Amino acid sequence: MALPKRQTDIGPPHYEKFLPPVIKKNYGKWKYHEVLTPGTMVHVAESGDKIFTVRAASPRILSTATIREISELAEKYCDGYLRFTTRNNIEFLLSDESKMKPLLAELKEKKYSVGGIGPRVSNIIHTQGWVHCHSACTDASGIVKAVMDELHDYFTTKELPNKVRLAVACCVNMCGAVHCSDIAVVAVHRKPPVVDHAMVTKSCEIPTTIGSCPTAAIRPNPKDKSITINEERCMYCGNCFTVCPPINIHNPEEDGVAIVVGGKIGSLRTDPKFSKLAIPFIYNDPPRWPKVVDAIKNILETYAKHAKKHERVGEWIERIGWESFFKLTGIQFTFQHIDDFTFMRDTLRTSAAFKY
Amino acid sequence: MSGKHKTPMLDELEKGPWPSFVTEIKKASKTSSMPNMADDELGQVEKSYRTKRGYWKHGGIVGVLGYGGGVIGRYSSLPEEFPGVAHFHTVRLNQPSGFFYTAEALKMICDIWDKYGSGMTNVHGSTGDLVLLGTTTEHLETIFAEYSSRGWDLGSSGSAMRTPSCCVGQARCEWSNINSMDICNELTQHFQDQMHRPSFPYKFKIKVSGCACDCVAAIARADCSIIGTWKGNIQIDQAEVKKYADAGMDIQKEIIEMCPTNCMSYKNSQIKIADAECNRCMHCIAKMTKALRPGKEKGATILIGSKAPIVVGSLLSWVVVPFIKCEAPYTELTEMIEKIIEWWDDNAKPRERIGELIEVKGMRPFLEAIGVPPQPQQVFEPRKDPFFFWSEGDLERK
Ligand code: SF4
Ligand code: SF4
Ligand code: SF4
Ligand code: SF4
Repeated sequence: MALPKRQTDIGPPHYEKFLPPVIKKNYGKWKYHEVLTPGTMVHVAESGDKIFTVRAASPRILSTATIREISELAEKYCDGYLRFTTRNNIEFLLSDESKMKPLLAELKEKKYSVGGIGPRVSNIIHTQGWVHCHSACTDASGIVKAVMDELHDYFTTKELPNKVRLAVACCVNMCGAVHCSDIAVVAVHRKPPVVDHAMVTKSCEIPTTIGSCPTAAIRPNPKDKSITINEERCMYCGNCFTVCPPINIHNPEEDGVAIVVGGKIGSLRTDPKFSKLAIPFIYNDPPRWPKVVDAIKNILETYAKHAKKHERVGEWIERIGWESFFKLTGIQFTFQHIDDFTFMRDTLRTSAAFKY
Repeated sequence: MSGKHKTPMLDELEKGPWPSFVTEIKKASKTSSMPNMADDELGQVEKSYRTKRGYWKHGGIVGVLGYGGGVIGRYSSLPEEFPGVAHFHTVRLNQPSGFFYTAEALKMICDIWDKYGSGMTNVHGSTGDLVLLGTTTEHLETIFAEYSSRGWDLGSSGSAMRTPSCCVGQARCEWSNINSMDICNELTQHFQDQMHRPSFPYKFKIKVSGCACDCVAAIARADCSIIGTWKGNIQIDQAEVKKYADAGMDIQKEIIEMCPTNCMSYKNSQIKIADAECNRCMHCIAKMTKALRPGKEKGATILIGSKAPIVVGSLLSWVVVPFIKCEAPYTELTEMIEKIIEWWDDNAKPRERIGELIEVKGMRPFLEAIGVPPQPQQVFEPRKDPFFFWSEGDLERK
């Protein structure tokens, strides 16, 4: 069978091909929008034209069957137009308001979760996990599913002081915006890697491997034609494993996840911020990671109870102080919370004004 | 069920209201022409759930002729136990700007993927590509020919310009100060060679957000973050202000008192803004979209350097160019990005991101190389120590 003629460097198809006519007509001329329900909104143009959006959750891993199903829904109700959000939600784009009700009814019947707009929990940004990545020391999809089953009402209905952005990363490479999320899970190691010297000799470039270590914990080991790890200096980042697989950082009994909080992307009110450590370690406990789910729920609900309207998690914590955050959430403060790496100078307290 | 493996732990994750990735993997095995891929994927993941560890090898080098990126090699470390995922490569399809699709295009993508792949996808991957999960080496050329002949190209991977991405911008957002989708599309087209033939020290990501709400997390996830902004006064519609008040909004508390620069006041149902004091944070506009709109002179701020914590800590992007005009064909913007990349490419060690390089070399040589003068907008505050450098040029300036 002859192959169709390949083309190179054509780039993605031009976005205009996929824009509903009402968007093409009013491109750059939108006037305002209104959130109608937790899963629907309307954007109104200067011309008075309207586009309605219905947002539904996706597990990000989608089968072709599901993509076909949502495509067919888009054909039935949206003249075939749809998009996805940066947080992997599905958005149906309707120019005909009267089709919204039947679309919502069909989504409900097909068990889609509609929501995520406004001051709520939106879809969790996450990474590949055991499903597809060599580096993973937890499964991102499983944690996301377990957490969102529990927080489902915060996606579909319940309001929070502001939006809460969750993320899960399955190793410290953090292929998601974990480092700037309101509440996030990041998988961590707690033991130095174990070296398979014979394999290191065979398959690794020694200088590159030594150079990969941020704490200079790796030394040459001429005797074994390999490397030696100074375990006291190792902070388990796994960077050596990335460049030299026979340095095995995985340790199923000691790997698990940490929970970080208070990060933020936008500049609204306060500058963007990094997430900071809340809980240093929870064991992997598949399939539902109950302790992780409980910990996230506790932080979320403490925030919901105490924050002022429009405050993000990080803004709330900064207002009350981290010492109050630990008190209100009942989370234990440990040696792991005190930065002894690059941010130490910025984070140790240099004032006698604090709370108990 | 279809599967040849018993998966009690994963089956548990089919319960509950949130959509289940396990159900998706099971569905994929029913439509793919290679059902054992999704089947063995399930089996292997179930084993991971049992043993709490992954079974993938480091990515191998695979690809299509003439490209050095866009496909990521993936192999199971248990090929005998799970032959269906012995090869399980990822194909990154470059998404259209703003993630807009038609049903027709998506169905076409699915038809080809069911024929030559596992039927599993990520919509979308972290960088923005539409990720097709799981195929074998011998199908790669066919997959590329099928998609590219229909107008769809591969995205990027490795030490290259990574697939740029953007917010929905002017297509459906009243706050977008720049045409983020068009800028993203133009930059993607401009850097095709650098995307498909990795020749950089490491990855380089560009993300474009239309305003400081930053819906694509440009400031945290891109080496080059382009964020729309404005100059001049926020436009106020006092009649709409009154409507918000009438509808029950506590304007004093929710808007005026939360303005970070204290530049707003509210008297006699009227909002006043001392615009010279406003730092354009977007809070008031985002909360009162009918009443307040950004100023009229539009452009973007270019920030450089953000990355995840590997290895010596996370970085947020730093302001480099406070304001740049961004009108098609975006020549000024493109030239600036080229200069930025050139300096990095000339100076970085392998696997060194631009933010890390600036930390090592200092901001000054970088700014000089790209021809940007020092400006107070680039810092939160000036330095605190007295240990600063002088170049010969600085000394001569009497
Ligand atoms: S976060 Fe780590 S384990 Fe997860 S997908 Fe990224 S590199 Fe892989
Ligand atoms: S895990 Fe990180 S800190 Fe430890 S030896 Fe490897 S590179 Fe160094
Ligand atoms: S970043 Fe700003 S302009 Fe872009 S979609 Fe978000 S709110 Fe709108
Ligand atoms: S944009 Fe921010 S700083 Fe400017 S007036 Fe509004 S709330 Fe105040």
